[in-house]
Parts: sequence; C-alpha cells; structure tokens
Amino acid sequence: MSKRYRIRLLWLLVPASAIVLAFAVSSIALLAIGESPISAFRSMFEYGSQQNSLVSMVNRAVPLYVAGLAVAIGFKMNLFNIGVEGQYRIAALLAAAAGAAVTLPAPLHIVFIMLVAMAAGAAWAGIAGVLKVKRGVHEVVSTIMLNSIATGIGAYLLANYLRKPRLPHELIIQTRQIPPSGQLPPLAVIGGENLRSFVLIAAVLGFLVYVLIWRTRFGFDLRASGINPDAARVSGVSPNRMILTTMLISGAVAGLIGMSDLFGFFHAYTLDFPTGLGFDGIAVALVGLNHPVGVAAAAMVFGWVDRAAQILDLEGIPKEVIIITKGVIILSVVVAYEVVRRLVQTQEVKAAAEETRRLEEQKEVVAA
Amino acid sequence: MSWGGLDTALAQATRGRRLEARRILLLLAGVLILLSAVRVITGAPDLTSSDTYGAALRLGVPILLAGLGGLYAERTGMVNIGLEGMMILGTWFGAWGGWHYGPVWGVVLGIAGGTLGALIHAVATVTFGVNQIVSGVAINILAGGVARFLSVIAFTGHGGGATQSPQVTSELPRLTVPVLAGGKLFGWQSPDVLGWLENRHWFLLSDTSALFRGFMIDLSILTIITVLLVPATFFFLWRTRLGLRMRSGGENPWAAESLGVRVYTMKYLGVLISGALAGLAGAFLVLEGAGIYREGQTGGRGFIGLAAMIFGNWRPSGVGAAAGLFGYAHALDLRSAPAVHALLLFAAISLTLLGAWWLYRRRLTVGISTLVIGGLVFLWFAVTDTVPAQFVYITPYVTTLVVLAFASQRLRMPTYDGIPFRKGEQIT
Repeated sequence: MSKRYRIRLLWLLVPASAIVLAFAVSSIALLAIGESPISAFRSMFEYGSQQNSLVSMVNRAVPLYVAGLAVAIGFKMNLFNIGVEGQYRIAALLAAAAGAAVTLPAPLHIVFIMLVAMAAGAAWAGIAGVLKVKRGVHEVVSTIMLNSIATGIGAYLLANYLRKPRLPHELIIQTRQIPPSGQLPPLAVIGGENLRSFVLIAAVLGFLVYVLIWRTRFGFDLRASGINPDAARVSGVSPNRMILTTMLISGAVAGLIGMSDLFGFFHAYTLDFPTGLGFDGIAVALVGLNHPVGVAAAAMVFGWVDRAAQILDLEGIPKEVIIITKGVIILSVVVAYEVVRRLVQTQEVKAAAEETRRLEEQKEVVAA
Repeated sequence: MSWGGLDTALAQATRGRRLEARRILLLLAGVLILLSAVRVITGAPDLTSSDTYGAALRLGVPILLAGLGGLYAERTGMVNIGLEGMMILGTWFGAWGGWHYGPVWGVVLGIAGGTLGALIHAVATVTFGVNQIVSGVAINILAGGVARFLSVIAFTGHGGGATQSPQVTSELPRLTVPVLAGGKLFGWQSPDVLGWLENRHWFLLSDTSALFRGFMIDLSILTIITVLLVPATFFFLWRTRLGLRMRSGGENPWAAESLGVRVYTMKYLGVLISGALAGLAGAFLVLEGAGIYREGQTGGRGFIGLAAMIFGNWRPSGVGAAAGLFGYAHALDLRSAPAVHALLLFAAISLTLLGAWWLYRRRLTVGISTLVIGGLVFLWFAVTDTVPAQFVYITPYVTTLVVLAFASQRLRMPTYDGIPFRKGEQIT
C-alpha cells in the first residue's frame, strides 16, 4: 500500500519539478540578458497575486482547459488529435456567424451557438476520423493538413460569405455582432476585471468528460483501447467505431474552446481571435496527465504565467521569456514522465519476478 | 541460391527501374504538352513562362529542403513534426548571422540553429524515448518562443523589434547560364537562345524552352545546392553503407541492432540532418527571400515539406517533384490570377484522362467518380473567372490528403516509422 502511495507521489513530483526546472532555465535566460531573475520573479508574484490578476488567470485558463480536455480525450485512447487548432477555429467562425444570424431567447441562443460550435468541431475532426477508419490515413498527418486547410477555408468563408458588410472607412474584417441574447454577462467584476461566466460551463464540461471517460462503459472501452488495442478488440470493442466516436467527441469539445472569448469578450469572430490555443491545449493535456483535474491545474499555471508576465514589460524585461518557461515545462514534463513510467515499469517487473520466485520456493518447500 | 538466379533478379530490377524512369519521362512530357495546350486555349502566358518556372523553383526550395529533412528523419524511423520549429530557428539564426557577419555565416548559423532544435528532439525521443509527435509539437512551441525572446534582446533598437530583424543585405553568388539563358561569360553578354525561343510563343517549343530557361536564370548558389541535394540524397541513402544503416533504423531497427548497427547513432544522425536541412530552409527564406527575419515567416512550410515528403512517397525524387508542384501552384498564385484560373482547365482535363484510364483498367467506381470530379472542375472553370487565393493556399494540403486517401496502397513509408525503439527490447 505504501509503495503505491510512493509511486503516486512520484507522478505528482514530475510536474512540480518540471516547473522548478523551467523557472531555473528562465532564470538563466534572464541572467544572460543582464536582468535579475529574483526581482523579475518577485514582481511577477506581486503582480500575479493581485485580485484582478487572479481573475485574469481564470479567464485565460478556461480556453486552455477546454483545449486540454479536447486533446486529452484523444490521448486517452492513443489518438493524437493535433487538429484541435483547426477544429476550434472553424467552429468559432461558424458559431459566431450562426449566432449573429438568429434571434432566440437568451438561454436558447447560448445553447444554439454552443451546439453549432460542437457540431462544426466534430464535423471537422470527423474528416480525420473517417480518413483513418476508411482509408487508414494516420490522424497526425491528416489533422496537420486539416489545420492548414481550416485556415484557408476559414479565411475564404469570412472574406466572402460571413463577413459583416463594412462601412467605407472600416478596415476590420469580422462577422456580424451577436445580439445581447447570445452574450454571457460577467459572473462577477473583481478589481475591475470581468470574471467570464463560461468558467461555469467549462467546469461542468470537465465533470462530464470525467464521468464519460472514467465512469461509463464507453469510457472503459476507450481507455482499454488506448492501453491495449488488441485486448480491447478481442473483448468485443470495435476499434473503428471507437476511433470515430472519440474523434467526434474530441472535436465537439474542441469546438467549445473559443466560446469563452466569443460569449464574454469578442461577440463576433474577428481576425484578432486568439490562435494557437489548440497547440497550447496539447501542452496542457500533457502536463495535466490527461486527467480533468490535472488539466485544470496545468491550465491555471499557464494562465497565471501569461498574466503575471504582463508586468515584466513595465520593468523593461522582455515578457517573451515566459514562452521559454512554458516550452521548458512541456519538454521536461514529457521527458520526466517517460523516465518515471519506465522506472515504475521496471519496479513492477522486478516485484512480479520476486513474487513468482517466492511462490516457486514455497511450492518446492511444500513438495519437499 | 545460385549466382544465376541473383543475376536474373538484378536484371529484372534494373529493367523495372528503367521502365519506371521511362514512365516518369512520359508523364512529364504529357504534362508539358497539356500545359502548352491549355496555355494556347486560355491565352494565359504566365502558365508556362520562364518567370513562373523560376519563381516556382525559388518557392519550392524551402519546401524541398524541409521535405528532404523529413525524409532523412523518417528513413531512420523518426517522425519529425518539429520541422516547422527548426525552420523558425533557421530563419532567426540565419538573419542574425547574416546581419552580423554576412550571408555565408547566415547560412552556417541558420543550419546550426535548425540542428540545435533537432538535437533537442533527438535527445528527447531517441535517448529518453519520449513520443516523437509530442516532442515535435513541444519544439514547435519552444522555437516560436525562443525566436521571439531572442528578437527582443538582439534586434530591438537596432532597426528591428520583437517580431522582425533589421534588413539583412546579403547577396550570395548568383548564376545565369550563358548562351542558353543570356548569362554573362567573362563580362561578355551572351545571347539568350531559350529566351528568344520562348518569346516566339510557339506551341510546345516555346513552353519547353521556358521550362529550361526558368531553371537557368538568376540561380542562387543555395538553389543549386538544394536541387543537387536530391540526387545526392538518393545516392547517400541508397548507395552507401552509412545510408543503408540509417535506413535500417526505419525498416527494422531490431534486425539492424542484431547485425551490430548502432541504431541510436543512426537515428541521431537522421534527426540532426533533418534539422540542419530545415535550418537551411529557414536561412534561405531570409537570405534569398525576404531579406529580413519576420515572425511567422515560415508560414507552415515545415508542414508543407512534410506533405511533400508523403506525397513523394518517402523518395528523394518524389519529394523533389512534390516540392516543384507546390512551388508552381504558389508561384502562379503570386504572379497571375488568370493563370491560376487556367490551371483549373488543366486539372479538369487531367482528371478526365485519369478517369478514362481507370475505366479502361476496369476500375469502374474510381474511374466514374474521377470523371465526375473532372466534370465539376470543368464546370467551375467555365462559370467563374478567378480562383480565390485561399484555395491556392490549401492546394498542397488537399492534394496530400487526397493522395493519402485514394492512393495510399501505392505509398510505402518506412516500416518502423515513428515507432519508439529501445535497445534490447522488441515490442512487436
């Protein structure tokens, strides 16, 4: 029992040590440009612990969290959905356009926009799923291609069909504004910063994903397919059906990544709509060990670092140093997980061998 | 086995290769004739002008370098999604080196930058056995951050900023072939024979001259090196011992290990060469393209390179052809909208011919659906006047997906591509 506890502790130590290492590397980078890392981190912590910074941290963490969930669902059955990026951008564009095109009572309007986003994300991910199931195209390759295709198609649709008719002097390219019934008012205003309401929906989403993956028959099949596809197939799980369903669910969740920004801030799809969240989601899922709770923690860490770094520019330190921090976190986490995984595996093999030998000896004693 | 049997087998293989080469030449000739015909019908001279071919070459070089990079890595069994990031490092270090020490150092440091990214990838994946996709994604994120950080500290206040470098004025040697394409020969302005032929606008003859002329005018030394890398890569990987050992890491690392090949070293080598080529591609973008480092300059070319590698069936000549095709599409898009539109007619006719061929081979479903698609493309050509730029942008990606979806049985990737290899453990 204590051994299992120790292993669990070992797993938890990994992200913690990765974060420490990342800050160490960032300190070296700061020292290299002649800045004091101590004062930099002190001002980051001072600024980052203010109330409005914490609110901003949550706002920044929510899309990352949803992205992490979308990626984690795929990872749980060894599917690499690198295409989350394309899925959420197509979904956000279509949902914004659809949301602006209809008028519905408030709660229905929100639900409608979310359903459009989930359908669009699922459909885009479904292409990769069908290609894998029907034609054996590896999902990594197809989703990379689909990301770029999404960029092109999205730009085309926005420029030609979904764009708001602009006034002569306007240069902004964006979809029509979603009416107030399709917007979410802030949950609270703390220290002048709006806490976006989508955090509640994201929390429910996380819980639903947890239940789906860890507490249902489908989730069991999914995880089994991830750990040992052959065993799962023999036990009657259709691999093709699992691949397709998982891709669709992952894409549907990915469709929701942009919703926090859409409901709470932009109210339209614009050219400044955040990009790169799909790839950050991969990082968050990896650091968070593909578990909703871990992903939430990782998203909070990334969100906090993003926010706290804003102060660095005022101190004359390039805030870009935190991109290095994040990159090092990702790399060291994946390396450390691999090392721990192998360590645990060897220990288990050793323990099993010892157990077998003990049983053999007992048998011999009995036989004698 | 008798030597006689081996001889027959070798002879067959040689004959097969000759047939293959003849088929490729035939195909190329067919494409050229068809393009010339479309040029005459639509009256879009840019479709086959030497300027277009020259631009296609310049735009194809970074894609080709990235594709060859991917090839080296995947032939040793290592998937390298991090090509894009390594190319970003190549652009930054290429610009920094070019700005400080001149173009030669720009190239050297660009290569070094890409190799550094590859070293991280190799340590994580080969030594620590981290999943190759995960590591590649991490490197793409990291490279963007490192480039941004370095720009802030190196370029701000020197005529650049967080997202771009100062102007890198760096002229590497250039060559225009004399006599055939009008280059200078010891200061003597030689005649431009192919140019003269091209300007006659004769069917096929002018178009063919333009193709050759496009590959002879204003060539950067880097372009020449890159084009030569295609046969060099083939020779190195398929005709040398080291190449064979490297490929054995991708075909069957356990068998290779049992024969005494140092598989880890081979994999390291493959990944490092891959990063070096991606870095060179980045340096090329800066030194021969924009003359400046700009954030987002690579524009997904690492991924297009990956697409070219797959489209080219993990073969150097195939990667070259794919890079040329993608470069051509991009060049047309940059140069002339009517020519892109004319290309639709070309696609429609090709699809129709392909569909007819399949029908002749009694592959009814594929044949009919290809014919239908060909008809639709023709309809598209007939009812519109232009093709949106975004459609040209997605062409390489869509082509690759279509090829993967419908011709994947003709593709053959290295058997153990992307599968982690641990010394002394056999998983399969």
